[in-house]
Amino acid sequence: MTIGGGLTELSAIELAATVGRGDASPRVAVDASHARAAEAGAWRDGLNILLYEDRRDAHAQADDVAARRDAGRVGSLAGVPVVVKDNIATTTLPTSCGSRILEGYVSPFDATAVRRLRDAGAIIVAKSNMDEFAMGSSTENSAYGPAKNPVAPNRVPGGSSGGSAASVAAGIVRIALGSETGGSVRQPAAFCGVVGVKPTYGRVSRYGLVAFASSLDQIGVFGRTVDDAALGLQTIAGLDPLDSTSADRPVPEYRHAAGGSLTGVVIGRPREYFPDDLDPRIRQRCDAALDELRSLGAEVRDVSLPHTDLAIQVYYVIAPAEASSNLARFDGVRYGLRMEGDGLRGMYEATRSSGFGREVTRRILLGTYVLSAGYYDAYYRKAQQVRVLIARDFERVFNSGVHLLFTPTTPTPAFELGAKSDPYDMYLSDIFTCTANLAGVPAMSLPIGRVDGLPVGGQLIAAHFDERQMFAVAYALERRLGAGAHR
Amino acid sequence: MSTTAASPSVPDYEMVVGLEVHVQLDTATKIFCRCSTDFGAPPNRNTCPVCLALPGALPVLNEHAVDLAIRAALALGCRVQPTSTFARKNYFYPDLPKGYQISQFDQPLAIGGRLRAGSRSDGSPIDIRITRVHMEEDAGKSIHDRFQGATAVDLNRAGVPLIEIVSEPDLRGADDADAYLRALKQILEYTAVSDVSMEKGSLRVDANISVRRPGEMALGTKTEVKNMNSFSGVTRALAVEFARQCAVLERGGRIEQQTMLWDANTGEVRPARSKEGSHDYRYFPDPDLPPLVVSPDRIERITRELPELPAARRERYRAEYPGLTAYDVEVLTASTGLGDYFEQIARQTEEAKTAANWMMGDVLATLKATNQTIEHFSVRPADLATLLNLVRDSVVSHTAAKQIFGVMSRTGDPPLQVAEREHLLKVTDDSALVAWIDEVFAEHAAEAKRFLDGERRLQGVLVGHVMKKSKGSADPKRVNQLLSTRIGT
Repeated sequence: MTIGGGLTELSAIELAATVGRGDASPRVAVDASHARAAEAGAWRDGLNILLYEDRRDAHAQADDVAARRDAGRVGSLAGVPVVVKDNIATTTLPTSCGSRILEGYVSPFDATAVRRLRDAGAIIVAKSNMDEFAMGSSTENSAYGPAKNPVAPNRVPGGSSGGSAASVAAGIVRIALGSETGGSVRQPAAFCGVVGVKPTYGRVSRYGLVAFASSLDQIGVFGRTVDDAALGLQTIAGLDPLDSTSADRPVPEYRHAAGGSLTGVVIGRPREYFPDDLDPRIRQRCDAALDELRSLGAEVRDVSLPHTDLAIQVYYVIAPAEASSNLARFDGVRYGLRMEGDGLRGMYEATRSSGFGREVTRRILLGTYVLSAGYYDAYYRKAQQVRVLIARDFERVFNSGVHLLFTPTTPTPAFELGAKSDPYDMYLSDIFTCTANLAGVPAMSLPIGRVDGLPVGGQLIAAHFDERQMFAVAYALERRLGAGAHR
Repeated sequence: MSTTAASPSVPDYEMVVGLEVHVQLDTATKIFCRCSTDFGAPPNRNTCPVCLALPGALPVLNEHAVDLAIRAALALGCRVQPTSTFARKNYFYPDLPKGYQISQFDQPLAIGGRLRAGSRSDGSPIDIRITRVHMEEDAGKSIHDRFQGATAVDLNRAGVPLIEIVSEPDLRGADDADAYLRALKQILEYTAVSDVSMEKGSLRVDANISVRRPGEMALGTKTEVKNMNSFSGVTRALAVEFARQCAVLERGGRIEQQTMLWDANTGEVRPARSKEGSHDYRYFPDPDLPPLVVSPDRIERITRELPELPAARRERYRAEYPGLTAYDVEVLTASTGLGDYFEQIARQTEEAKTAANWMMGDVLATLKATNQTIEHFSVRPADLATLLNLVRDSVVSHTAAKQIFGVMSRTGDPPLQVAEREHLLKVTDDSALVAWIDEVFAEHAAEAKRFLDGERRLQGVLVGHVMKKSKGSADPKRVNQLLSTRIGT
């Protein structure tokens, strides 16, 4: 074990306390994290879950945290190392979105979420691998090569935030930032056996998150435990004047003392998320988790969200449509890759053809198509109408006395690298997760057991801005299931 | 076929025109970020992550720009929509950093206005319906002639707030267009929504034009004429395009729907490069910006703050100052500054017609000659009013007043001070007048004798001599009295 290696075993709150007391220096915490990354083979020749680090900068950040501590200002994440997904802007490490078109791009500003982490004393130790522009569910669509699942390196870590999920699973950090558009935090959390939270749309500022589909995008948090994730979200949540879609709502306390009883809590079990062809082993783990919730005093009720089966189709109209517009700025004019071509149009074509990968190109073309004159009404407008129906499904259930929903996070555990060559097969990985993005409600995945040694995630979905209730149940369930659910 | 403005009238056709006017709102900062809107800064100085469209940057709406846009909409008689939405207009161009322009599409800020722009030569009113007023951001500027073989991009203007004012096709000729634009410009000046400077590009006009036989209801195929950068450019371009369309139809041809560019140097319109008009902009609501909700309170507040508009001010002048001619009213209400200046003098002198005459004459002439604006005119209105009152009270003569005004406009000094310094006060002191009369009698002895012998018609001549001797400062009334007493003795 390396010097300070024990520090990576501390929870985020414990580490911050240790640093705050002066029992550990932030530098040592950062070194322990980097050492763990090396040990786990996190870099390109290994799991390929991390893309960029800068030790000198990490030390500078650590020294700054130490100075603030010495001045009596101890943040809630003092000295806690954090990994950030490569599509969230950081001034000290590149922000390349897993894409060739932004290779080497360094943002002149920090994302609001990153700035809030730094203000709380967290240290950004690395940027993590991801599906290019967050388009994918396996972190295989990265211009910098596929990432591998630390639990089973022949399998994918999920995606698109696979690198962040895997960093937490590999013990490199306790907290990592990811981003969600259709399940990109929860699905890799499930595949890697960690906790992944997608907050309510508007709960966390999107400023500095490189946009994929603006009406669906939300920065999310990974934690080794529910508490790590709750602490992470607590730090980054809240109104941001730089993001007009961020919500002006108070941020309640997410971290709870060990309560335990869930008496009076009604958990809905939506039948659409337990289809007949669901992997029986996944079903079994979910039913076991629901039994635990019952034994904690919760009432479990069968409910229905009838428009669920339209979600993937709706998602794959809206998300590409917005992406086709959001990615127009990568044109070779101001920053990033530029390839010379014949005239202006030639430059655009050469730059974008060579800068974007296949999946990104596919979605830009799809999105351009559905927004075109003559197709807009049939696709985009129709999809928005169905999106409203999907959101109403949730509203209706949450207005009927149900506090939370419980579902499997994914239909299967982590699949093998290269197993899903048909894009549509890949899209179906998000079948249980993209509904929450379409409806804007908060949701999270937490480990509920294993199948053949592979982690299985259970999903909690709450009403808008009810993350607190979601965390309360997650804490209770996690405690009940014990460490066995994690490792 | 004629393509010059010299032969605009083809009697068998009627011109049908709708205008799209882009107006830069007079804000200190851009519409979606806090960058300065200063004109003339070094290239790309006024930029930030938002208006450079750096990855991860997001727009935040400038509420002051919204206030100005609402003010303009209300002044044009539009209904401000309780909810409007921002949409993305998608197209690739180097001076469009995001690859889309944030504009408003199917839910504009305001709809259904009207603008009265005076009347035509036949007396019919030029009454133009306004279709809509919407908000949008400006693009940057591509500079093609600065670097050999390369295009430079200046993004200082990218994100500058604009409103687009779209009229119905209610204009029937180039003169209508000119009257409409002048009336529009006047309203935008009155409401201080924009500095309406065409040189700075803060007012830009595109025209949709078609022709039809008089009496026909259906509209002909229209072309869009762009690149007109002055009002006279608009009228000339419309006349030329009208003539072109008429000629095409006369030849039995068909008008092609296309975008035409006006070339002010050659006085020609020519089709824009291919497919300008066939863009598919793939509009959709911008997910980065929530719907723009305008509360009734906000509309009420902005309505309350609206200044008096040109039409109302003209109406009031006609009622309050019946002595003014229609032309006086037109000129005095041309801008708020001119009207305010006039009103202060009229109030202080209680002689509106005299005040108007001074305004229309010496004031405007001096402004023009010295290239000053009324707002910064060296002669303060209170001082000019004082000068007029000095004339009324016979302290200075009318002739002297003109001289005094000339000095005031150079020095900014108050009138009485100027009159004293320049010895232009009327002299009413009898001893001085008597001395001048004696001198005149001595110098013009023959005339004086005839006058004293009873030839009373010579009195005027003698008064003239005294006035001349006094350089205009003698009070002629008193000189007459003094001369009369001499006959009596």
